[in-house]
Formats: sequence, structure tokens, C-alpha cells
Amino acid sequence: MPPAVVVTDLVKQFGRFAALRGVNAEFAPGRLYAILGDNGAGKTTLLRALAGLAPPTRGSVSVLGTTDLRSICGQLGYMAHPSLLYDEMSGMENLRYFARLHDGSNADQRCSDVIRAVKLDPSLTRPVGQYSQGMRQRMSLARALLNDPKILLLDEPFSNVDVRSARGMVSLLTGLRDAGKTIFVVTHQASLLEGAADEFVWMEAGKIVSRTPDLATATETA
Amino acid sequence: MSTIAGLTRATLAKDLRLEWRSKDAINSMLFFSLLVVVIFSFSFDPTAEESRRIAGGLVWVAFLFAAVVALNQTWAREVRNQVLDAYRVSPAPPNALFLAKVVGNFIFVSVLQALMTPLFIVFYNLRALGPVYQLPIVAALGTWALVVNGTFFAAMSLRTRSREIMLPLLLFPISIPALLAMVEATGAILTGEFSAKFWIVLLAAYDVVFTIASLFLFGFVLQAE
Amino acid sequence: MKRAFPILAVLTGVLLSYALYEALVGAPTEQTMGDVQRIFYYHVPSALTAFILFFINLFASLIYLVRRNNKADIVALVAAEVGVVFCTVNLVTGSIWARPVWGIWWTWDLRLTLTLVLWLIYVSYLVLRRFSSSGQTPLLAAVLSVFGALDVPLVYFSIWFFRTQHPQPVIGGGGSIDPRMLHVLLINWLAFSCFAALVCWSRYRLEVLQREVDETLALEALLEPRTSQPRTSRTGSDG
Repeated sequence: MPPAVVVTDLVKQFGRFAALRGVNAEFAPGRLYAILGDNGAGKTTLLRALAGLAPPTRGSVSVLGTTDLRSICGQLGYMAHPSLLYDEMSGMENLRYFARLHDGSNADQRCSDVIRAVKLDPSLTRPVGQYSQGMRQRMSLARALLNDPKILLLDEPFSNVDVRSARGMVSLLTGLRDAGKTIFVVTHQASLLEGAADEFVWMEAGKIVSRTPDLATATETA
Repeated sequence: MSTIAGLTRATLAKDLRLEWRSKDAINSMLFFSLLVVVIFSFSFDPTAEESRRIAGGLVWVAFLFAAVVALNQTWAREVRNQVLDAYRVSPAPPNALFLAKVVGNFIFVSVLQALMTPLFIVFYNLRALGPVYQLPIVAALGTWALVVNGTFFAAMSLRTRSREIMLPLLLFPISIPALLAMVEATGAILTGEFSAKFWIVLLAAYDVVFTIASLFLFGFVLQAE
Repeated sequence: MKRAFPILAVLTGVLLSYALYEALVGAPTEQTMGDVQRIFYYHVPSALTAFILFFINLFASLIYLVRRNNKADIVALVAAEVGVVFCTVNLVTGSIWARPVWGIWWTWDLRLTLTLVLWLIYVSYLVLRRFSSSGQTPLLAAVLSVFGALDVPLVYFSIWFFRTQHPQPVIGGGGSIDPRMLHVLLINWLAFSCFAALVCWSRYRLEVLQREVDETLALEALLEPRTSQPRTSRTGSDG
């Protein structure tokens, strides 16, 4: 099977700061990848480069067989640390609107399905700005899932989420992975993904330094 | 094309709904517009004859200041939670987003004008001696001119330091022909001394040129990091 | 190519001196305005040079938009900077000339107003270049340049009509020009153009070198091992 994502000599510089300093990797489809590393290692930048939000300074990123990331953006789901939602609307209203961006017909059903999948209540009328951090993270994940993307890019989905909800999210993600999606999760809480992730990718100073299916070895070499 | 229209409508509806709910922006802006009118009336106190002649300039400068305050808010909600990233990763055509924002601003600034105009009429004892029906046309074309470029430059200034000052700094020079046209047309209609037709045509041409240019180039600005 | 620069410099020096002499001494004295009119030989060529430079800026900006060529971006930047300088000279000499001759510092005549608006647009262009984050600057600046260019005909027509409705004094006078004066004018224009070319060339080389230095420093940052964590804010590298 052709790889879902191919990164070749990827360099990303912001002025003089090099966030990514030559990343080379291939990622097979239908797997759950955990991307780990210290602050400033380049994890967020790598994710954004995969999403098409950070065009490479040098090198290339190929997703689903093409380097023109705009053309396949309909098959990407992106979730970042800011919620990417409107604080003044309820969860359902937010999703109904974002479903429009992907030109979804039968949007209402899809929206409530996705909200239920992250264990939230579609009929909740409270504006998202008043949600707890954990609820907001889950709603943001729901937004990323709206268009049933083939590739999910999640940046710190578990931060500030209580352990039980986090575990729920992890089982949701493994379910999606088993259904054939390719999932990249940047996280500081590697233990949550133990047993769930197919591979742990450790980044340091803008490069990938190790990839292993076993969490113990990953943290050892770091 | 139907996707663009549908998405524009949906985005506009969302913006209007959010504005209605929070009402904080519109309330403060309405009060700001009122203040502007009062300050102008204190500063420029001409006789009734003169006021007709200069009212065109006064009114539109006041509208311009109110519009800039409104325009600086255009993308505030999108910036707050980096919602723009969600747009950039979606297949949605950027033009739809742009058009929705322009129309939203147009409605917003028109509401401000609707408040400010009666106050000006009262403070300056204004009465139109020329064809009054032309005034709403001038108002609509002029407002669109300010708002289409203003929304575009507001998006550009998101990528700069000193966002709030960048917007008027970019907008004012480019708007000079439109401003001249609005002021002269309004003056012509109020004094009845000459025809506003040339200015109306110029405003229409300005609107067409810059609407097309903005639609064409907005994609670049949105995708800029 | 390297030999050409000093040759141009010498040529410019010679031309400027000759032009200066002609302007101040050689040209015939104007009958109504007297010697004050001699500032005309600086006022007009600086305007022409500025307009040409702004046109070059537009052209380079379009090339950048289509091909994302960095050299085009540098040309645009250089043309804008030098153009603004010549534009300023034009505006200031216009004022200096108007005061003794027509008794006013300023008038909203067509040429002067158009020049002022162009000056404003290009100063805002330079401010944008300074205030935007370095990755996006060329793109945003190129877009602004296109907007400015689209504006120019509209500015022209609006002022032209404004003047027919509200007649204004005209600085510089219209009508025919004595052939000897025309000759001096052209000499000055040639000298100014060479000078502009000289300054642009220097600025261009300076900018190219500056960017090479930045590139090298960036490459070094790439290669050396990173020990500290420069980014502590959560939003870090996002825009």
C-alpha cells in the first residue's frame, strides 16, 4: 500500500529560527502515530506542515500522493490547541456552520453523530466559550471529524482533559484507526496512548530521532 | 458557483446572528458614531448656507472614522480561536468568506450611517436642494467602496504588527478617489449647484474595479501564513 | 558587469555636473518668473523618474505574484524606495517653486495631487513592508502594489473632474516650451535617470547581500545542534 504521508528533507524556518531541520519520514496508512518530544522540538510545526498551514522552506510534504495539499484538504481533519470554534455559538451551531465549509448535505445528522461520538450532548445550547476546557477539546475534535477525513492531525487533544474523557477519546481514535484512518497525535501525555498507538515518533530539535512501536524504548532513547 | 453563494449566505447569517447575540461591538460603535457627530458639530459650526457646501466632506469623514473602528473588528472573532486555520484547511472557496465579511460590514456601517445622518441633519439644519433620490445611491456606493477595501486590508493587516493602525494607513490613500467622489457627490446633491452624475459613475467604477481585484487576490492573503 | 558600475558612476557625475550648469547658468531665463523658474529643471525630471520607478515596481510585483521570484521582490522594493525619494523631491520643489511665483504653498492641481496620492500610496507600501512578518512581506507588498496601480487611473479622473468643477491654479504652466529649455530639461532628466539607476543598483546589491547573509545565518542555525529551547510560548510558530 502506498504511504499516506511522505516527508522529504523538510525544513521549516521562521526568520532565523529553524523549527524543522530536515525531516525525512514515510507514514503508512491506517495507523495511529504518536508524536512526542520536548517543547520546541517541532511537533506542532510538523503537524501544521502536514495540514498545509506551514508551507515548507525547503523539501516537500506529500499527503495522499500529492504535494498540492489544497487539493486534498477535504480529506484532512485538523485540530489545534486553540479550539478553532466560535465561542459565542453552541456546539451544534458551530458544527452546522463548519459542515457548510465542507459542503455537507444531510449535515444535521452528521453533526449530531459526531458530537455523540465524542461523548457530548448535541442538544446542549450553552455557547462553546462557556464549556470546560475538556469539553471544548472534545468539541474541537468533533469539528475535525465532520468531513470524515482520511487523515487526522491532532495537536495536544488530551491537554486539560480529565482522565476518563481522555481514555474515551483514545478509544474513539483507535476505533477510527481500525476503520482505516491515518491518525497523527502530538501529545505530552504519551502514556495515554500506550497500547493504542502503532508507533511512537520522538522528535528533538526539529528532527525525528527515533520511531518505535514500544513506548518504553521511545522514552529510553530520548 | 452555487457553493460560493450558499457559503456566503451561511457565513453572513452566522456573523449577523453572532453580532445580534453579543451586541457589544454594535453598541460601542453606535455610541462612538454619536460622539463623532457631536465633536464635529462643535468643531465646525458654519451658517446654514455654508454648511450645505461642506456637509458632504463632514459627513463622509465622520463615516470614515466610524467605518475604520468597525472594520478593525472584522476578523476579531476569527482570530480569537484561530478559526481562520479551520477555513484554510477546508475546501471552502476563500471568496465566499470574503464576500460574507464585506456584506456584513456593509450592513454594519450602513446601520451606523442611519444613526449618524439624522443627527447631522439636525445639528447642521441640512436640507437637500438637489435630487434627494441620489443620496441613498451615493451612500450605498460610497460605503461599499470603503468596506470592500477595508475588509481586504483588515485581512492583510492580520499578518502585521500594529494591526489597528495598519488598516487605516493602507486604506486611506487608496480610498482617496472614492472619498473625493462621495464628498463631491453629496455636496452637489445638497447644494443643487451641479450634477452628481459623474461622481456616481466614478464611484460605481471604483466599486467594480476593487471588488474584482479583492475577490481575485483574497485567496493569496488568506493562505499567507 | 562589475566594470559597468564605476563607468555608470562617472557618467552620472559628469551628466549631473553638466546638467547643473545648464540648469543654473546655461538655460535662458524665463521671461515672467525669472531665475526662480530654474527649479523646473529639478521639479519635472524628478517626477518623471519617480513615475518610471513606480511603474517598475508594479511590473516587478506582478512578476512576483505570478512566479514568486525573489529577485523580482528585491527589484520591487528598491524601485519603491528610490521612487518615494524622487517623489518627495518633486513635491518639495513644487512647493518651493509655487510660493514665490504664485504666492501659495500648495494647490490641488492635477499633477501635484496625483503625485501626492502616489507618494501616500507608496509610503504606505513601505510601511507595510516594514511592519509585516518577513515570510509574508513580498506577497502582501505585491498585492498592495497592484491595488495602488488600479487606483491611479481612478485618482486621475477624480481629480481631473474635480478641477473642472473647482478650477485651481496650475503650477508649472502649460503650453509650449522654448526649445533650448526643452534641451536643458532633457539633459537633466537623463542625468536624474542615470543617478536613479546608480542608486537603485547599489541598493539592489545591498539587499541581495543582506539576504544572502540572512540565508547563511539561517542555514547555520539549521546545522548546529540546538541546546536551548528558544520557543516557550505555546502558540510558538503559528502566525
